[in-house]
Amino acid sequence: MAALWLARASSQMARRAARRHPSLRRPSRHGGAPASPWLLGPAAQPPVLGSPPLPAAERAFRRGFCSVRSFAGESSAAAASDEEEPEKGFAGGDQQALDFPGGKVSLVAEMNFLPESHGERISCYRVLDDDGRTISGSRFQEVSKEVALKMYSEMVTLQIMDNIFYEAQRQGRISFYLTSNGEEAINIASAAALSADDIVLPQYREPGVLLWRGFTLQEFANQCFGNNMDYGKGRQMPIHYGSNRLNYFTVSSPIATQLPQAVGAAYSLKMDKKDACAITYFGDGGTSEGDFHAALNFAAVMEAPVIFFCRNNGWAISTPTTEQFRSDGVVVRGQAYGIRGIRVDGNDALAVYSAVHAAREMAITEGRPILVEALTYRVGHHSTSDDSTKYRPVDEIEHWRTARDPISRYRKWVQGNDWWSDSEESELRNRVRKELLQAIQVAERMPKPPVSELFTDVYDQIPSNLQEQEQLLRDTIMKHPADYPTDVPV
Amino acid sequence: MKLDPTVCVFGEDVGHYGGSYKVTKGLADMFGDLRVLDTPIAENSFTGMGVGAGMKGLRPVVEGMNMGFLLLAYNQISNNCGMLHYTSGGQFKIPVVIRGPGGVGRQLGAEHSQRLESYFQSIPGLQMVACSTPYNAKGLMKAAIRSENPVVLFEHVLLYNLKEKIPDEEYVLCLEEAEMVRPGEHVTILTYSRMRYHVMQAAKTLVDKGYDPEVIDIRSLKPFDLHTIGNSIKKTHRVLIVEECMRTGGIGASLRSAIIDNFWDYLDAPIMCLSSQDVPTPYASTLEDATVVQPAQIVAAVEQICQ
Repeated sequence: MAALWLARASSQMARRAARRHPSLRRPSRHGGAPASPWLLGPAAQPPVLGSPPLPAAERAFRRGFCSVRSFAGESSAAAASDEEEPEKGFAGGDQQALDFPGGKVSLVAEMNFLPESHGERISCYRVLDDDGRTISGSRFQEVSKEVALKMYSEMVTLQIMDNIFYEAQRQGRISFYLTSNGEEAINIASAAALSADDIVLPQYREPGVLLWRGFTLQEFANQCFGNNMDYGKGRQMPIHYGSNRLNYFTVSSPIATQLPQAVGAAYSLKMDKKDACAITYFGDGGTSEGDFHAALNFAAVMEAPVIFFCRNNGWAISTPTTEQFRSDGVVVRGQAYGIRGIRVDGNDALAVYSAVHAAREMAITEGRPILVEALTYRVGHHSTSDDSTKYRPVDEIEHWRTARDPISRYRKWVQGNDWWSDSEESELRNRVRKELLQAIQVAERMPKPPVSELFTDVYDQIPSNLQEQEQLLRDTIMKHPADYPTDVPV
Repeated sequence: MKLDPTVCVFGEDVGHYGGSYKVTKGLADMFGDLRVLDTPIAENSFTGMGVGAGMKGLRPVVEGMNMGFLLLAYNQISNNCGMLHYTSGGQFKIPVVIRGPGGVGRQLGAEHSQRLESYFQSIPGLQMVACSTPYNAKGLMKAAIRSENPVVLFEHVLLYNLKEKIPDEEYVLCLEEAEMVRPGEHVTILTYSRMRYHVMQAAKTLVDKGYDPEVIDIRSLKPFDLHTIGNSIKKTHRVLIVEECMRTGGIGASLRSAIIDNFWDYLDAPIMCLSSQDVPTPYASTLEDATVVQPAQIVAAVEQICQ
């Protein structure tokens, strides 16, 4: 009912705005709107570099344009006066309620369509301002100095790891890599708010969660090089890390397949009554998959303790969010499934930490799923197979890489508390860099997995047909050694 | 489910409704709504849920209301079920059982009369079995649940009404073994699921005509029990495959090529394969009958092979 009231009220504003600026037409969806995802922000929010701020009237008009269609006809709209009070539409004139499958609903005589959007975008929870100072009046989950510093140093480690592995790919030393540039706060701060028993089902841009839990740089390098120390035994391409010891499910490339799996994992936690939740990460693009819909729906119906964490970074390879969905981002969809949600500034480490901490609490104690939408920006290319300057402006990327960098923003806060110094900074960066280069050298020199690992783990026990195939392969290698690499153990 | 608390059931209407073919009847009353879970209609997603739960240590039995609907779950079955044990380096296992009614029934229309054993055949990491009698249904189901690998268990819509006296106590059949239905000397007839009954019907006619067919229900569709099959071929030297799968790329096609690879020297005649037509199953009963293999065709085929 409140939505109908809102529809009515905002259409009043629209008509008032239209009367002041009669030349304004409802903007076409495919013509004028810039591709920037942040267009419909509230007036106070500075726009993304590259798009001019909207005139106030047009902004007001935009907020209301969606509900112009909510009245039955033009004549009734024109007839309503400026001074008319918004009708208390809760029960309309008709107090009757009826029973239907699903429960009682009250009836209304007027036909009103719910508008396609709330009008105002859902606001974003933020704790630190751009200069790393806590916003006055903000409430957040306190962190100890130890945790705060660990968060910072892991964010820096993740950044350096990304840069060095990316370079290694460019040098031809590994076949593929994808970075989490710009999303370090999401990775580390969300991981910090979880417990070691919480089950993580990543998409692929969340190695920071694994890093937080104790995966070493050497272990990362081993997976990227696919050597015989890789836990995946050289079977997956780089960045498809997995560790059952650290409760981090092996990365699987198809988008959003991990969402219903997370519901399954949460289901098992619920059956075992464990004090833990499942958390699954996905991007803005992943929300278009059918699995997103069904996973959220199931989780709500089953009351499963799972956190759905969406990294809305504005881009799904070359598809901007304006072409991905027409809703106000992802957070509004939670309500469609009966799931609580929050929108948070993904580049604000403390905000992400607090939101995930609270989400986890609710998920476990109340046995419910929670949706967290972290707004951020994918500073890097989608992967080493992509050049994003081909589809987005270089200055937009630069802006987010520098002015909106989550690491320097958090660093200002940590330094502001006198917990960190410049000398510690350079010492950390040097140490991590050295460690990484060392890990890469070691990983590169390690032998690759032997041919026998080609056929194991397809099933729990190797079946006879695979044994035959392995034997055949061995015989072929034996007969024609010149055709096979000498450094692969047979 | 009584023996192992990690076994659970997911599927549409499996709870108090008892399942579309009443396979899970009474289970929700015994084990509760959480262990016998009614899911919303999203096959890919509840199969995915099964994968996730399996990776965490449960043993879900996922029911497709009709096997045909599991085509929607193909992504989760192929990319995840089949693969994750391998790609995780053995760290995560997926001991799920995916089961449901399939095959050609009585005028259920094309979408409910799918023969899609062959679609799943190539997926590495999956095991496939087809049950055909109450006795082997119980044994194979128990074996599938106990297996550490993902198993697809094909049941047949027309076989649910079969009645047979079976032991009350626990027994587990081997997932990779074929079943000798009728020993014989003249020809090896390999079949599975509902076609077993058409073959046995044809066998009666054949016996009257003086033939002695050996009938083997292969049961294990992936991998094939080449040991039992091989021993039979070494004895009879003639093979007829009777399946409900389509001709193109069917189970029979793979079986034929496996037999040629392994037992070429023992064959005295080309392998014959009777499969269903490469058409969607029509609704009209006359057309539906003409789509699948009928006993008369089996008799004719044996007569031809044994010339």
